[in-house]
Amino acid sequence: MQFPILSVIVFTPLVAALIIFLMKGERKDEIRVTALAASVFALILSVWVYFAYDQSAAGYQFIEKVDWLPVLGISYHVGVDGISAPLVLLTGLVMFTGVLISWGIDDRPREFFAFLFLLAGGVFGVFVALDLFMLFFFYEIAVFPMYLLIAIWGWKQTREYAAMKLTLYLFLGSVFALVGALAMYWQVGQNTGVYTFDMLQMEKAGAMAGMVEIFGLAIPFQVFWFLPVFLGFAILGGIFPFHNWSPDGHVAAPTAVSMFHAGVLMKLGAFAALRVGIMLLPEGAVYWKYLILGLALVNVVYGAFIAMIQTDFKYIIGFSSVSHMGLVMLGFATLNREGMVGAGLQMFSHGVMTALFFAAVGMVYDRAHTRQLPELGGMVKALPWVAISFIIGGLVSMGMPGLSGFVAEFPIFMGVWKDQWLVAVIASISIVITAGYVLIAVRRVFFGDMPAQFEGHITPISVLDKIALGTLCLVMFALGMFPGLMAPLVELGVQNVLRLLGGA
Amino acid sequence: MSINFLSILPEVLMLVLGILILVLDPLWKDEKRRLNLGWLTAGGLFAVLVISLLFGRPGAQGELAWGGMIRFDMLGYAFKLFFIFAAAITALLMMDVEGVSRRAEAFALLLASTIGMSLMAASADIVMLYLAIETTSIPLYVLAGFLLDDKKSIEAGFKYLLFGAMTSAVLLYGLTLVYGFGGATGFDELSKQFASSTPFSIGVLILLVVGLGFKLSLAPFHFWAPDTYEGSPTPVAGFLSTASKAAGFAVLARLFLTTFGSSAQEWQMMLAILAAVTMILGNLVALAQKNIKRLLAYSSIAHAGYALLGVIAASELGIASAVFYLLAYVLTNLAAFGVIAIVGRAVGSDDVRAYDGLSRRSPYLALAMLAAFLSLSGMPPFGGFIGKFLVFFAAIQAGWTWLVVIGIITSIVGVYYYLTVMKYVYLYRMEGEDEEANPIPLTRPHLLAIGILTVGVILVGTIFAPWFGLSTDAAASLFSAALLK
Repeated sequence: MQFPILSVIVFTPLVAALIIFLMKGERKDEIRVTALAASVFALILSVWVYFAYDQSAAGYQFIEKVDWLPVLGISYHVGVDGISAPLVLLTGLVMFTGVLISWGIDDRPREFFAFLFLLAGGVFGVFVALDLFMLFFFYEIAVFPMYLLIAIWGWKQTREYAAMKLTLYLFLGSVFALVGALAMYWQVGQNTGVYTFDMLQMEKAGAMAGMVEIFGLAIPFQVFWFLPVFLGFAILGGIFPFHNWSPDGHVAAPTAVSMFHAGVLMKLGAFAALRVGIMLLPEGAVYWKYLILGLALVNVVYGAFIAMIQTDFKYIIGFSSVSHMGLVMLGFATLNREGMVGAGLQMFSHGVMTALFFAAVGMVYDRAHTRQLPELGGMVKALPWVAISFIIGGLVSMGMPGLSGFVAEFPIFMGVWKDQWLVAVIASISIVITAGYVLIAVRRVFFGDMPAQFEGHITPISVLDKIALGTLCLVMFALGMFPGLMAPLVELGVQNVLRLLGGA
Repeated sequence: MSINFLSILPEVLMLVLGILILVLDPLWKDEKRRLNLGWLTAGGLFAVLVISLLFGRPGAQGELAWGGMIRFDMLGYAFKLFFIFAAAITALLMMDVEGVSRRAEAFALLLASTIGMSLMAASADIVMLYLAIETTSIPLYVLAGFLLDDKKSIEAGFKYLLFGAMTSAVLLYGLTLVYGFGGATGFDELSKQFASSTPFSIGVLILLVVGLGFKLSLAPFHFWAPDTYEGSPTPVAGFLSTASKAAGFAVLARLFLTTFGSSAQEWQMMLAILAAVTMILGNLVALAQKNIKRLLAYSSIAHAGYALLGVIAASELGIASAVFYLLAYVLTNLAAFGVIAIVGRAVGSDDVRAYDGLSRRSPYLALAMLAAFLSLSGMPPFGGFIGKFLVFFAAIQAGWTWLVVIGIITSIVGVYYYLTVMKYVYLYRMEGEDEEANPIPLTRPHLLAIGILTVGVILVGTIFAPWFGLSTDAAASLFSAALLK
């Protein structure tokens, strides 16, 4: 038997959470070191999975399957393909940098790291799940620690409100998707005689055939259930008009949690919407394609405009996430090769970029104790590392060639153009707006004169912070310079999606 | 061993244990008596549990014993295990409630009530059923009002008694009509008499639903529950909300599926409406509660609605899911009430504000509470998630999608108020912000009870195949006897 590397990745954070819970709360440094060790371990394994993925073989790899509840066809079934391998890597990266950034948390670090790792374990679990039940199981595990992390360690003014709002939104989405998943299970069972939650079985041609009778209307099964399932997950991806939880949640969360949240959790939603919505219900995806395209377009443009008028540094980044996740959805909705590959790359690129943004914002806020643009200024002198990182992130966000953002966004626009050129034109407005708000933020926060009250009070960032920022920047450069590191891999995954969509 | 003896083995053992407690009672004094009696009851019940597990397992089909009074089958067996377990945990939790455990009668009554429940789950005859229900209820009336110097407790016991007597009378009236019409008392015999659905049998069903609805605290028969839970000693409230409710479900499933299988369409609709009202009302009213025991009372009303979904599905999977739901719920709710008993004892209040800063005062207790509340709200990796998943699963299969939609929407409401409580525990500070200096004292029985329950809640939520196996066996044994296939 081969080494169960994916299970080890999934259970490393969960076991680490358990160990941390059992440690003495006062021994804060030991807790931090344990957390760091676990995150380094998970990162190394996820890097290993990423590079060990055999591109010539394609398909799902590192597969493990253990019966969980065989009577109902539930199994613990994991594997990665070209789309999920980069996301596993992303999670490893964000987990590692998140721990570094959170070194300074002094209020109950034991609970903080334990909940953070529960969250990370849930996220890993969703990305590698090949069983629909397992996907839900880990999806919910990823949602609930979020509430506590935001409510306890978040920004005092809005944390209670934002945490509850976020949890209810996400829970609402996931339970509707769950009802859809149960309906899918019974439908597949009726059609094929095999009652299973195994997604590889469920995606077989004809498994989801059939009609739903409702109020005397016969609607094809896939068309009927696509919306609750896709939108249910896409809520976590921040899709309009259900994006409302996300900026509030991002802003209220402590830095590491914002990084996790915008960097990884929103991808979780997009990924699950793709894996369950589009891949299992392809006819529904084709039917509702333009609705999704429309909603995603609103995300992209509207998100950018709202980001433009914010005066809170963190809200700018929060809304920029809404805008950029719109691009991911836009890529999905094209249902063609270019758009999907771009969306896959954008998930990774945006994850790294936004983690960097939130890390930078957090470092500024920790020192200045304000995030209002008019009250900030001149930080470049005191915090050169932060300023440079933020600017690099900003360039990625604008889609500057040579950085990962370009590699990701360019194919999305190609794909959209191929399908509906007008949508591509409208969406491209967002690039200009993005440049606008990023530059405004850079100028207001990092350049200009430093207000008098900050003189001498801005302490430099620690080595750990520098490692975190440096790692994230490096990844964005690497992907921008050498898109070949990831694009072919994502394309392998996309080919599988296109096969399910009927060749295209 | 003969089937007759085997079928009531746990009951006999519990009776012996009860007598033993009353006999040994005068030997000890004060503090010592309290602890010894508690350990004896809890230990004895765990021993009964182990013996039942080892020797008491019935055959897959099940058979009648004691001249048709009792059906010895997996359904009854599974529920008996739940009751014995719940009683053992309750005994552990009762030990440190001084007003309750200083009298041996408390433990004896607990055992008497558990014997009644076990017989309820197994009874196959309406006379036996009624006797078992009364054997269960009367000790519980007394236990609810056990704190004689606490007005609220007396009120709780009295209210419970009045409601219980009333609905019991309605149930008895229904049962006499069943006898009058069917001319028999055994469930099997009656099922032949009720082979087709008539307006009369529907009328009888309504009376039975009223009687059992009280036990299950289904809306609109739930009024007693919040007041009774609030006033009763907390461990007793936990017992009422779990074991007593599960016993009602056992009777409901057996009676309706076997005897009234032919009227399934009618009672399914009837129960579906009750379940919808129960889920909506329980969750919405819970939102407004500031007393944690009342909050849990309304939440447990709502949970009866979810478990009912499995019965309404009326399929083998449905019953199995309901049994599994009840298992997860018994563990979870006992854990929740256990934590509340511990905190309530230390703080002297059941207001939610008393939970401010609990995570700093006692991090592990807070963690246990978190596990219990997340399980109640249906989050993995806790038992409540699998329970909800399974009942929704079965209900969708049976075509009750609208009911499932109500279920999921109300469960989101549930998430809100459960998390709100956790906010007090984790986020707020107690007055003076001096939590570390005010830890919540944990006694050994408390530690044991909470430890078992928390591990159990997680175990049921992660390695669920064996538990689901027990549930499917229970359901299968019911269906081998049921008309409805």
